[in-house]
Order: sequence, then structure tokens, then C-alpha cells
Amino acid sequence: MAQIFHRSTNTISRVSIFGGVAVLLTLFAAVAAINNASYLTEVRVARAQPVQFSHKHHVSDDGLDCRYCHTSVEKSSFAGIPSTKICMNCHTQIWADSPILEPVRASFRTGRSLEWTRVHNLPGFVYFDHSIHVNKGVGCSTCHGRVDQMPLMWRENTLYMEWCLECHRAPERFVRPREQVFNMEWQPPENQLALGQKLVREYKIQKLTSCSICHH
Amino acid sequence: MTEGARYKRVIVFLAAVLLAACQQRMADQPRYEPLQKSEFFGDNRSARPAVEGAVARGALQNDELFYTGKIGGKEADTFPYPVTETMFRRGQERFNIYCSPCHDRTGRGEGLVVRRGYRPPPSLHIDRLRQAPAGHFFEVMTHGVGAMPDYAEQVPPEDRWAIAAYIRALQFSQQARLSDVPENERRRLAETKR
Repeated sequence: MAQIFHRSTNTISRVSIFGGVAVLLTLFAAVAAINNASYLTEVRVARAQPVQFSHKHHVSDDGLDCRYCHTSVEKSSFAGIPSTKICMNCHTQIWADSPILEPVRASFRTGRSLEWTRVHNLPGFVYFDHSIHVNKGVGCSTCHGRVDQMPLMWRENTLYMEWCLECHRAPERFVRPREQVFNMEWQPPENQLALGQKLVREYKIQKLTSCSICHH
Repeated sequence: MTEGARYKRVIVFLAAVLLAACQQRMADQPRYEPLQKSEFFGDNRSARPAVEGAVARGALQNDELFYTGKIGGKEADTFPYPVTETMFRRGQERFNIYCSPCHDRTGRGEGLVVRRGYRPPPSLHIDRLRQAPAGHFFEVMTHGVGAMPDYAEQVPPEDRWAIAAYIRALQFSQQARLSDVPENERRRLAETKR
């Protein structure tokens, strides 16, 4: 009896099976890569703002504490964007004639708000609260990166759920002593795991991975 | 209709249904995020300023000493409640956040913002301020004085009192003698000095 399939079909079938898997894997990898590309995540992409405000200058050069401007970070879900009045605490006298600061002065004169471009924005179905994180030993720089080295603000992390869960599953890897929360230069010590486990017990930090913790 | 044409129609229909589902309505819900821009209000603020004369629950300013630092209109040299160590520590933390940019951490008035050209404040250790009543510092933080703006927005009244207490401690520390330090603490003092 004659063969139904030519000998070459052996090769074709192998190539198509393995090739198909390879194509699928490449496709997945490509989607994942696009998903994590800064084009979509905005990670490390500096945003244009109505005033070229530099955190680097105000934090590193002038030594201002985060809370001088972000006054509600310890007691509210929202860290707070400073009112124009807070800017003018210093800028009535410092750089008082600078053209760069004209929008700030205009806002102060007219009472209309400055319209900053939001850098960190979560989807509406996620409820994030700054105060609980700050009070349980999650440092500003853990999520926001070295803000004291950013001339213009950018997003240091994706804010994706997988990123949140890295810490929610194992907080001991990231928490620091409360008095170091606002320290921009704090680096995890070599014994971070031991320190973290101690702090997790001391601050009664739970592993909060139930959906309704953030989606409620 | 041929078999092929029917399949095509089904595929087009399915694609249309699936694409219609591609929306961000869960992510962009019809509510305001804090300080989000509003197209509804004339000033574009979704965070509405309080109506004039409105009093938030629990914020009725009916305690003269606590809210003004005065008793019978005169700056009081007393605190509205006993000063504790927790209060000193809180005051130290708040002083370092809100006051030290100009007054520097020791209160001498040589903070970084002053070095950048802001009108220098007087040292907190001059006689006039050492003799000023505690309520004076509260009043200045609440309404500002001279070149100093008010800090009522950034520092709530309890914290202003804590800072006033810490200023007292700072003033004392700059005039203190070794004999003021408890004997068992003196050795530690020598250690930190080195």
C-alpha cells in the first residue's frame, strides 16, 4: 500500500508543533514586554508641569521634609498637594521675581488653582491609603523612589497589582522603622529580613492579600 | 448565503461585541479623585471651599486658650493641658519639619531658607523671646508675624502647642548648666559630645 503522507511531513509536523509553541511563547513575551514598557507604565518618564518644580532642589538642596508640603500624608488617604499659599511661604521673598514662578504668583493673586499634571494615578477600583502605609513603616522612597534626586517628578514603579502584592505578600522585605519613613536616603540594611520580621510583629502588620483589602 | 459568508458575519459580529467591551469605565469612574479638576464648577475645583461660617463637626473654636493661646485676650503663659514627654517629642518632630527650614534645628534662625535669602528671624534664645509667654508662640504660629507666614494650615492647634512646648525646651537647653543634667545622664552627654 502506498504511503498516505510523504516522508517530509515528519519534519513539517515537528517544526509546526515546536514552532507553534515558540511563536506563542514569543507572543506572550512580547505582550508582557509591551505591558511593562515605560510607554504604557510611564515609569521613569518625567511629566511636563505648569511650573518646573524640582523635588531634587526642594528636598536635597533645601532640606525640606516631605510633610512640609504634603501635610495630610500621615492622617489621610491622600498625601495632599500643597496650596499655593504654602509655595508662597518662601517664594514671597525667594525667587520672588523669577519668571518661572509667575504661574504660582498668578494663582496666589487670582485665587485660581495651579493645574498640576498628576503623576501617580490608580484606577478607580483600587482604594489606596497613604496614612496606613506611612504609619506601618512603609517609607516614601519604597514606592516613590529617590524623589530627592528627581528634577521633574516621574513614576518610579508601575503601580501594577503584581507590584503591590510583592510587599503585601512579604512586608518584612520592605518595612523600615517608623522614624525612617521620611528619610529619602534610607537603604535596607543587610539584616533587613530579621529587622523586617521584628517590625512586622511590633507594628502588627498583617499579610493583606485578600481582594477586598484594596478593591472594596 | 454561502457557508463562508455566514462565518464571516459571525466573526465580524463577535469582533464588534468584543471591541465594544474595551472601555475604561471601571478605571475612570464617575466620581472625583481628590483635587481632580471639575468642569462643573466655575473655579474648576472639585474640592469645594467651605461655605463661610461653616463649622466642621468637633471644630467649634469655643476654647479660647486652646485655639488662640490667650486668656481674656492676653497671651497666656500656660498650656491648655499638662505637658508630657510625648508632647515634647511630637513638638521636636514638628519643629524640625515646619520651623527648622528658617529657624534651624537649634532655633538660632540660620536655617537653609534664610541662607537662600529669606529675611532672618530672631534667634529664639534672645531675652525677649525667652520671657515671652507660651501663648505668644502659639499666636505667632497661628497668624504669623513680620516676615513669618502663618502655619495654621500646615500645623493643627495640638501640634502648635507641642511646638510651643518644644521651643521652651530648646530655650532651656541653650542656657542649661551641667548641674541641670541628672548625674546618671552626664556620662552620656560626654559621650555624645565626642
